[in-house]
Amino acid sequence: MRAPHPAPHLVVVGASTGGLKAVRKILGPGDAEWPFAMIIALHRSDDSHGLAAALGGGVRDVDDKDALLAGRVYLAPAGYHLLVDGPVVSLSVDDPVRFSRPSIDVLFETAADAYGARTTGIILTGGNRDGSRGLARVAAEGGTALIQDPTTAESRVMPEAALDAVPNAQVLSLAEIGQVLRAFAPSEEFAHGY
Amino acid sequence: MTTVAAVDSVNTVLEQIEIDALLEAVFRHYGLDFRSYARASLTRRVRKFVDEEGVRTVSGVQDRVLHEEAAMQRLLSTLTVNVTSMFRDPGFYRSFRTHVAPLLRTYPYVRIWHAGCSTGEEVYSMAILLHEEGLLARTRIYATDIDEDALALAREGIYPLHKMKDYSRGYLAAGGNGSLSDYYTAAYESARLRGFLGERALFTRHNLAMDGAFAEFTAIVCRNVMIYFDRSLQDRVHKLFDESLVRLGVLALGTRESLRTHRSEPRYESLDAEQRIYRKVVA
Ligand SMILES: C[S@@+](CC[C@H](N)C(=O)[O-])C[C@H]1O[C@@H](n2cnc3c(N)ncnc32)[C@H](O)[C@@H]1O
Repeated sequence: MRAPHPAPHLVVVGASTGGLKAVRKILGPGDAEWPFAMIIALHRSDDSHGLAAALGGGVRDVDDKDALLAGRVYLAPAGYHLLVDGPVVSLSVDDPVRFSRPSIDVLFETAADAYGARTTGIILTGGNRDGSRGLARVAAEGGTALIQDPTTAESRVMPEAALDAVPNAQVLSLAEIGQVLRAFAPSEEFAHGY
Repeated sequence: MTTVAAVDSVNTVLEQIEIDALLEAVFRHYGLDFRSYARASLTRRVRKFVDEEGVRTVSGVQDRVLHEEAAMQRLLSTLTVNVTSMFRDPGFYRSFRTHVAPLLRTYPYVRIWHAGCSTGEEVYSMAILLHEEGLLARTRIYATDIDEDALALAREGIYPLHKMKDYSRGYLAAGGNGSLSDYYTAAYESARLRGFLGERALFTRHNLAMDGAFAEFTAIVCRNVMIYFDRSLQDRVHKLFDESLVRLGVLALGTRESLRTHRSEPRYESLDAEQRIYRKVVA
């Protein structure tokens, strides 16, 4: 295993209803040595605890200004927005955006600002329309947009809204999204840190 | 697609140049320093301000703010995030009761600094806790914020009545041993906190990015304020707090903030690692 180094590429994941199961499925057993950093925003009540452990796969809770390191999987804390802030994350307690905090849009938009084309955005199952604007920003910056096939989602509102916003996103099953991540090899031009 | 992406990135870079220029100008003209605020959140707020003001670019904001003082006040309100509530994170107040109140009881006179107190909900929550622990009468609370409008509301101690249901839940989860309604009177749509709670508190302006130490404290509470600062400004504020705390004084941060990797970390030990309550162990 290499020493911790700044992530050259960022994968952001958003989900709500049914998200726990879906995220576990794409993470797998957690033995992968991802060449990227991953941040997950999962809607839930402000006082929920223990989600990182429940997700498995080496997911860790985030503190303000934690560095984004390759191989790590970060979970946006309940009751805060998580913003990608250059090579670190910043938290905020601003009002919920579209009734959500953490907001998937805020995570994805700031990811696109900081990582540009080196961002992959993934929208999974969910019962509201959060994330569609953010995914559109990721796509507009030249990043990769993946959406869980709405017909396979526990709740299809979120993936369908994302597909409306980004019609040429790749629509995949959870297993296929997992495969894409495991096959991920950053191209040469992006193989430097933030 | 590629060209769109390229143009977009150029715009992002240009926007950052304009924001740098705006912050520099605000600092030199008004003496207000936002240059070391966490940039991602500040960028979102500046974009919102551009929309609200109906200007086309950040440079347009700069023009207006430099030549109209009222616009500067509006920008200040947009840049400072005043979101707060009573008994946010009940676990923090519960821990303060268990771990910090007994320490405070060993002092004849207690001084607490709430830095970034916003509209005061956190201060009144603390006053209720101290009252129930028999500590309020010997305590002086200095509550500070950069935002005068927020401080004015804090001094009044009047909050929307409809929020009290939520706050009551927080109060009970925080280990309150009465009922929150003991502490306010309801009139029309408002809840007015009882006078004795505010009597021990002094609400004054203090800018953590620029002002210095002004007293010595038994405890400092600064929650969800430094998350809006970058690392260099956080280090400045930690130094300021370190200078302002007595030996064995208590430092309480927000639940997702940490002393870890800050220069002053070795000078503190954890009283409750999960709730981010620390104690200064060197003089
Ligand atoms: C999100 S509120 C936190 C309120 C409260 N401490 C809580 O946790 O609920 C952040 C506050 O920090 C204040 N603030 C921002 N910059 C500041 C500065 N440079 N000096 C002092 N206060 C500042 C804002 O005006 C705002 O009221």
